[in-house]
Amino acid sequence: MARSIVSEIKRDHIHKLIADGHRVDGRAWDELRQIQIQTNVVETAEGSSRVKIGNTEVIVGVKMTVGEPFADTPDRGVLSTNAELIPMASPSFESGPPDENSIELARVVDRGIRESHMIDLEKLCIEPGKKVWINFVDIYVLDFDGNLFDACSLGAVAAIKSAIVPAKANGLGEDYPMPITCVPVSITAVQIENSILVDPSLDEEKVAAARLTVTTDNNGDLRAMQKGLSGALTLDQVRTMIETSRRLGAEVRKIIG
Amino acid sequence: MGGNSDMKLIDENGIRIDGRKVDELRPIKIEAGVLKSADGSAYVEIGKNKVLAAVYGPRECHPRHMQNPAKAIVQCKYNMISFSVSDRKRPGPDRRSVEISKLISEAMEYVVFTENYPRTSIDVYIEVLQANAGTRCAGLTAAAVALADAGIPMRDMVPAVAVGKVNDQVVLDLNKEEDNYGQADLPIAMIPRTGEILLMQMDGHLTQAEFDKGMEMGVKACMEIYELQKDALRRRYAIANAESDEESKDEPQQINEEA
Repeated sequence: MARSIVSEIKRDHIHKLIADGHRVDGRAWDELRQIQIQTNVVETAEGSSRVKIGNTEVIVGVKMTVGEPFADTPDRGVLSTNAELIPMASPSFESGPPDENSIELARVVDRGIRESHMIDLEKLCIEPGKKVWINFVDIYVLDFDGNLFDACSLGAVAAIKSAIVPAKANGLGEDYPMPITCVPVSITAVQIENSILVDPSLDEEKVAAARLTVTTDNNGDLRAMQKGLSGALTLDQVRTMIETSRRLGAEVRKIIG
Repeated sequence: MGGNSDMKLIDENGIRIDGRKVDELRPIKIEAGVLKSADGSAYVEIGKNKVLAAVYGPRECHPRHMQNPAKAIVQCKYNMISFSVSDRKRPGPDRRSVEISKLISEAMEYVVFTENYPRTSIDVYIEVLQANAGTRCAGLTAAAVALADAGIPMRDMVPAVAVGKVNDQVVLDLNKEEDNYGQADLPIAMIPRTGEILLMQMDGHLTQAEFDKGMEMGVKACMEIYELQKDALRRRYAIANAESDEESKDEPQQINEEA
């Protein structure tokens, strides 16, 4: 994600620790950093959250407007996910239109939510073919210390879950909670020197060979996956990552509530 | 400015719709050092406004042609996040935020000892998380604290506040309704130690007497905000010093303002 400039001494340090089965911050290979979730942090949004995973911090808002559905889904609401890697969050982020990193990030988060049918988009149809609810999920990274995929996905899910459909302000009756069917959770792991590390910190991400994000639903079924970086993963490594994602996903789902 | 509207925003007893008197500030909360990646940062709440500011630098100036061989340049970027307002704002800069960024950059360039850091850039990022009138003042107030938190030598803190006119009365620190339906808006930022004005804008309609009254209120309020800014920095460095005592590794940083 960031420009991958790592000093050799740091790279060696991380590699040596991994060879002994350790991590820089003392975590186990399958241990997540501390997760903090706050919801309803911005009153002007229909739903919002501020999420921290370790020192990585994101703020997510959901804005809803009434608009036209897409021609191929006339009876469904619309979901649009956008991620902003603002220069506040890291010395390596620059202002400007979304680059390939933030586009990939937004699309992976979007896929987890869309493919799990977390939002019941059929219930967000007002008048088939004419009027539906448009959901804008906007993610802003505030502080970047690795693993944006999980932080952003968690933030988006928490914000959507807390959203209230602004029916009254649009002359469509009483407000009601966002129709939700499940809670997708994404867990990302990286491969470094053939070891697998879950929830990589920024330093670990910088020396990683390959990355895999796995999004599971409440049943532990797979809903979205994305491999990243230029290294390769063995099928066993992929299986381990999926199994870990399912196990940790269930824990994170409890935190989301 | 909505001009002379029928909207009643101040009652017979001089109480405003949010329960304040005409010369009363909204509740203010300031915290320094809230982000890890940034060299300095601050979080400010003024009423329902929520603003974050982060400072990076002094660092290499990009683009190169912007470099000044004699001093640092200060580049502030003011931005409202898309869900900070009631109708979603399209992400990215618009004409309003470009103007505000320029004014805040100019104000900050004056207080920073830029001559200490030739050829560099000091980048200040202001993100409005939730807006309720007065975001440029909240942003500037946060930016000043973030600069000090980054350990950048400054002439002084910079507090900022808006005054305005509502129902023919001069009032301090307009809220959203007062801003929308009021008759004048006058944001100011100043250097408390010298009383110099660093930022001033106005729109609407004020008589000379109203302007004078407004400035008197504004300057007084700036002094209050100044105390809160200094307090935030003291709290931040009290913690930093306690931690460095424990671990005896972080050098206690100089706070560049008069205690």
